[in-house]
Amino acid sequence: MDIAFYITAAVTLISTGMVITRHNPVHALLYLVISLLSLAMIFFLLGAAFAALLEIIIYAGAIMVLFIFVIMLLNLGEETAAQEKKWLKTRIWIGPAIMAGVLLFELCYLISSSDAVLYDQPNVGPRPVALALFREYLIGVELAAMLLMAAMVGAAHIGRHKKMVLHRFLKEKEIQ
Amino acid sequence: MNSSVSTEIVMLLAGLLFVLGITGVVIRKNIIFMLLSVEIMLNASGLAFIAAGARWGQPDGQVMFIFILAMAAAEVSIGLALILQIYHQHKSLDIDKLREMNG
Amino acid sequence: MNNLLWLIPALPLAGFLILVAAGKHLSNKLVALTGVGSISLAAVVTIIVGFNFLSSPPEGGAYAQTLWTWMDVAGFSPKIALSLDSLSLVFIFVITFIGSLIHIYSAGFMAADKDYSRFFACMNLFVFSMLVLVLADNLLLMYLGWEGVGLCSYLLIGFWYENPANGYAARKAFVITRIGDTAMALGLFTIYYQFGTLVMSEITATAPSVWQSNSSIATVTALLLLAGGMGKSAQLPLQTWLPDAMAGPSPVSALIHAATMVTAGVYLIARMHVLFELSATAQMIVAVVGAVTLLVAGFSALTQYDIKRVLAYSTISQIGYMFLALGVGAWTAAIFHFMAHAFFKALLFLAAGAIIEALGHEHSMFKMGGLKDKMPVVFWTFLIGAASLSALPLVSAGFYSKDQILWYAWASDKGSPLLWLTAFLGAFTTAAYTTRMMILTFLGDSKTGIGHHPGKLMTIPLIVLAFFSVVAGFIELPHNFGHFTLFSDLLHGVLPSTVLRADESSEWKFQLLAFVATFGGIYLVFIYYYREPYKIERLRESPSFQWLYRFWHGGWGFDRLFDLVFVTPFVFLAKINKRDVVDRFYEGIASVTNHLYRLLSATQTGSLRWYIMGMVIGAIIILGLQIML
Repeated sequence: MDIAFYITAAVTLISTGMVITRHNPVHALLYLVISLLSLAMIFFLLGAAFAALLEIIIYAGAIMVLFIFVIMLLNLGEETAAQEKKWLKTRIWIGPAIMAGVLLFELCYLISSSDAVLYDQPNVGPRPVALALFREYLIGVELAAMLLMAAMVGAAHIGRHKKMVLHRFLKEKEIQ
Repeated sequence: MNSSVSTEIVMLLAGLLFVLGITGVVIRKNIIFMLLSVEIMLNASGLAFIAAGARWGQPDGQVMFIFILAMAAAEVSIGLALILQIYHQHKSLDIDKLREMNG
Repeated sequence: MNNLLWLIPALPLAGFLILVAAGKHLSNKLVALTGVGSISLAAVVTIIVGFNFLSSPPEGGAYAQTLWTWMDVAGFSPKIALSLDSLSLVFIFVITFIGSLIHIYSAGFMAADKDYSRFFACMNLFVFSMLVLVLADNLLLMYLGWEGVGLCSYLLIGFWYENPANGYAARKAFVITRIGDTAMALGLFTIYYQFGTLVMSEITATAPSVWQSNSSIATVTALLLLAGGMGKSAQLPLQTWLPDAMAGPSPVSALIHAATMVTAGVYLIARMHVLFELSATAQMIVAVVGAVTLLVAGFSALTQYDIKRVLAYSTISQIGYMFLALGVGAWTAAIFHFMAHAFFKALLFLAAGAIIEALGHEHSMFKMGGLKDKMPVVFWTFLIGAASLSALPLVSAGFYSKDQILWYAWASDKGSPLLWLTAFLGAFTTAAYTTRMMILTFLGDSKTGIGHHPGKLMTIPLIVLAFFSVVAGFIELPHNFGHFTLFSDLLHGVLPSTVLRADESSEWKFQLLAFVATFGGIYLVFIYYYREPYKIERLRESPSFQWLYRFWHGGWGFDRLFDLVFVTPFVFLAKINKRDVVDRFYEGIASVTNHLYRLLSATQTGSLRWYIMGMVIGAIIILGLQIML
């Protein structure tokens, strides 16, 4: 099992290093997805299968999609289409694909093997997590709900298309 | 079963990821990359929680991870909305050009 | 009928309120009607009340009318209460009667002025304040009137405020009288502290039993009151404001700075005579102040060329006579001289105003001359006033009043030959400067053309005042001709009679000497200025005389002295402390804060990268410290 952990850790570090060094945001996103997948793998190794699932669904799924949407929104027009061609070159997607393949292989192996956990401690399944969440951490849940609500309202407000608005101080500055 | 992978190693991984995230925030000019780096940092801290939770066999680590997820979702939605707005107003995502708030 | 008393001050107050509220919307005719009418009605009420008072004197010689309680604080409850006795009766008669004549005159004199209603509003307010001053039954209410007349004096001296010099004169009068007022306030505090009351009748009744004769507290209190009187009545050394106060219109000079307000000090001392009688020192100081003032001002008057300044100095000098009389215990003589002086000095000021107006605002006597035939009414009335001022024997009011003072300065138990000699010299000077003024103004060649002649509104008050300037003297005659003592009998209910140390039989000698002084002064000036003018020319060329001339002309250098002793050091101190020492500390705090702010604001580069670096470094430091410690 150790070897699986080290391989995954290596994949995580490499892909994360690639994220922060890419020039093209979409490339960086591809590597970030790999990074998140490998992290999910580590969670799985640590016996937190539920967290691993959430990681994949919410992070790699929802949040990354948001990023991609925004990047697409910001690159409108023909330029984007030309860029699209460039992105889909093999050279670009081969790296993430290899790493994804490594992770897939690991996953298959781990699922087929009997002892898929690093530690002796019993697995912490979704049930105790849910119990803890809605008993001890109920207030935290409520606060998180409020936070999400506020974030939604805020995002809806900030994201509106507006003309360029300058604060009156900046306006005066410009006039001067 | 016994394993040579101790919690310290996992924590070290989390620390390395966090440092990578910070490096990303500091060295990149594009705001989108900075936001991505922040996500990496959040992930790193999530990893640290999960590892600690697994070490003691407690659900609290995962609970914290769920909170981090919720916070990350909120942060990303606001952050991306701001990025959109900044791009509309300044036609640029270069953080070094967005320094109107200097004292 | 006595209960009409409150109407006397209320009428001018009503006039003032009407003029202040609506003066701008009223026509000049209505303004004059309000201004003059309110004072004239007050004069009529005064005559009714006075007649009633004399025909059926109230018990104790005083009639009191309490209107309401002013305030009530911890046992201190001064009332708004009026009190009428023979002393205040004389004063309110003079104030309202001469006041209404002067108001009538002003209606003509100020006709062309754009601030017609403001003038009458201030004048009405002045008459109100003055009436409160003399009718008040307690010292606090009197102080209200006292400050009120000071305020009106300030407003009216600076009436033509467009000229900065007038504003300066007004401020000077206000500030200098304020010195006296402060001393007087201290006196009031002392009295309240000692007696627990400010009601004047109670103070005068209990003072002799509370204070021992010649005790230091009595002296101090009397001197504080005297200082208040000196400020208001322009006595040495606070006299310098009065000559400058002539910047105001002539009716103002006549009413405020000759007839009424400047004699408030005389009223105060007469009213508080019990306190002064308790302290021989204080009373002697009163006499000395009066004697010195009358001489100093008299010599200054000799050298002035502005006709109104001559009259101003002569006013100071005449009030000096009143103070002298008060000082030697000749209370009734002082009040008698006050009344006579009010008539003839108001007359002189009004006549001078008519001349100045006719000559197109020419004040210098050396540019007048030859007006005898051109303005006969003014000439004859002025002559009567001048005769009264220089105490022309037998026919003028001034003679009877001044002669009494001269006699008491010698014969009273507090009098002395030295005081008499000063008064005698003063009489000589008075005659001299009055004659000089007459000659320069009315005789000789005409030097300035006459603009317009004064109208009836202006000449009638002159004639009335001239009549009284002669007649007023006959109500009190010396014992060797007639011995008619109507005036002093009237006042004896309030003021004690003078104690004599000499025999009355020698009075005629002093009267003879007074004749000599008056005629000597007139004759000398007549020779020097009219008959043989080259003599005065020759005199003018000698350097020592020129020095003396300048010295007297400048009012004995008092202005220079005050500038040197008070104004210059004060201005110097203000200049070196222009940037307040205390402020330096607070400015230092402000500048340190400002510098720190600049230092901190330099770190706000607006670059997000720097902020993140800062946070990371901070986190590293904190973690590092935690690990190490």
